[in-house]
Amino acid sequence: MSKIAVTGDDAIAQAAKLVNPDVVAAYPITPQTIIVERFSDFVANGEVDTEFVCVESEHSAMSACIGASTAGGRVFTSSASAGLMLMFEIVQIASSSRTPIVCAIANRAISGPINIHGEQTDQLLFRDSGWISQFAETNQEAYDQTIMAFKIGEHPEVLLPVAVGIDGFILSHAIEGVEPVTKELVSDFLGGERKSTLRLDPDNPVSIGLLHLQDYYMEARAQVRDAQQRSKQIIIDTFKDWQKLTGREYNPIESYQIDDADYAFVTMGSGAGNARTAVDELRANGEKVGLIKVRVYRPWFGNEFSTLTKNIKGIISVERAHSFGSPGGILGQDVKSTLFDAKQTPYIAEYCYGLGGRDCLVKEWTEIYNRSIQGFNEGENLPYFWWGVRE
Amino acid sequence: MIINIIDIRLHGRGGQGVMTSSYLIAEAALLEDKHVHAFPTFGPERSGAPIAAFARISDEKFYMKTEVYEPDIVIVQDPSLLSQIDVTAGLQQGGLILINTNDPNKADVQAVKQKRPDVKLATVDASKIAKEEIGLAVTNTAILGALCKVTDNKIIKLEVLETAIKNRFKGKGAISDKNIKAINRSYSEVSI
Repeated sequence: MSKIAVTGDDAIAQAAKLVNPDVVAAYPITPQTIIVERFSDFVANGEVDTEFVCVESEHSAMSACIGASTAGGRVFTSSASAGLMLMFEIVQIASSSRTPIVCAIANRAISGPINIHGEQTDQLLFRDSGWISQFAETNQEAYDQTIMAFKIGEHPEVLLPVAVGIDGFILSHAIEGVEPVTKELVSDFLGGERKSTLRLDPDNPVSIGLLHLQDYYMEARAQVRDAQQRSKQIIIDTFKDWQKLTGREYNPIESYQIDDADYAFVTMGSGAGNARTAVDELRANGEKVGLIKVRVYRPWFGNEFSTLTKNIKGIISVERAHSFGSPGGILGQDVKSTLFDAKQTPYIAEYCYGLGGRDCLVKEWTEIYNRSIQGFNEGENLPYFWWGVRE
Repeated sequence: MIINIIDIRLHGRGGQGVMTSSYLIAEAALLEDKHVHAFPTFGPERSGAPIAAFARISDEKFYMKTEVYEPDIVIVQDPSLLSQIDVTAGLQQGGLILINTNDPNKADVQAVKQKRPDVKLATVDASKIAKEEIGLAVTNTAILGALCKVTDNKIIKLEVLETAIKNRFKGKGAISDKNIKAINRSYSEVSI
């Protein structure tokens, strides 16, 4: 099929249209707005069978999603930044209630100061919530990962909500070519309607989301922990199934030019495209550098990460996110704790960059590389550094 | 592998369809199986404020996702911007600038010529064409016909741009035909 020209938001809306969810409850917020607008067009035009719940806030959006999901529905929503903050109380309940809601996030900086541009800190706040959390580098990936998210989340071994992030504006409002799939393919891939065993059914009454005190709270949380662990295999299997159908390869942790690399960038989302371009330029100058792209952030695929980095001498972890007062980045903490167990721990340099959508050019990625290598050559890890901040 | 990419920067004002213009370039390029990344800059979205949009095009797959700072081509949709912002900022040596103006001899157009004698300067009265063919002084489609001409149809072909316009305005009555007339006129009326 020939490619369609779509923005990242549009790609996600088109993907959701093919999924044809039972319920969508969402509230518009820049830069996610186009997803909700497009999808409401599909509803108005009768192109989907979805019940669209026009809610008055994100808190209500996630609440409506949980209600629909516990009734056995296939459910989709979308948000960003301040919207996620408002829904955050209910975000926790979505995972503990084991509702496989799919939430597309057009990653945007958190207020304040108020800013509408790309940054992943918003979605990284999902880190401890029990959600499966993924990032896309391109509009094609956003399209594919949105569809796959339903299969992963709804798998009976998983039953967890899934977040799929795209960088605000850099992807959400950018046109790229996307190779579409058919509704039939998606329907076959998902196995028809959602099959829910744990749901609110008047003929088989159960309660969901009750009070757990000292007696059972810990066991309930442990079940989410176990579901996160089990989801790893389901994610890998789902990516493989998708590859069989479309030819497009997906892995939780991906690499580029890593086989003979001495050094490697580690990053997530659209920045991986610039890192990849920097790798090409550095390689043209004889540098043995590669790239590791974290597609699935939660659950963390530590073994896969360790395998890819086992011969790497220095890691350059670069993230469009920040955590005040932390010893390093958010992604960086996972990277470091994984490397702690390595037989030979590589050097590491950690960078925060691009907050509030600030651009980071390919030549800056090569500068980040050169700065890091200089430190490594002096036998040092580099202290955590915010790239490009004016003093 | 270092890839050959054409970078286009479009200047206009909020409400003039600058974003649509960059999207149309991308949509047409995709119809020719090229690879694209096209997007607007967004600040506080105000009508009338100067805004820019970008289109990055290549025959080969590329991964870069930054804004465009050193464009090969600059398109100025609103002539009043010439005296307000530096439209040639970063423009490549020997690049191309396409300006919508009703008079190429105007001081602000000539100033661009003097400042950057190295670049190819093309002008077209896209506002007039848009008013006469579309009924509105919205130049975002009209100016693209001129782009096809001054780049010898190498970036996007006129007939492919027509298809992209037909796709975009599908089901919207005569708008599609009017825009196609407008791009054909700007294609033939552009002067270098």
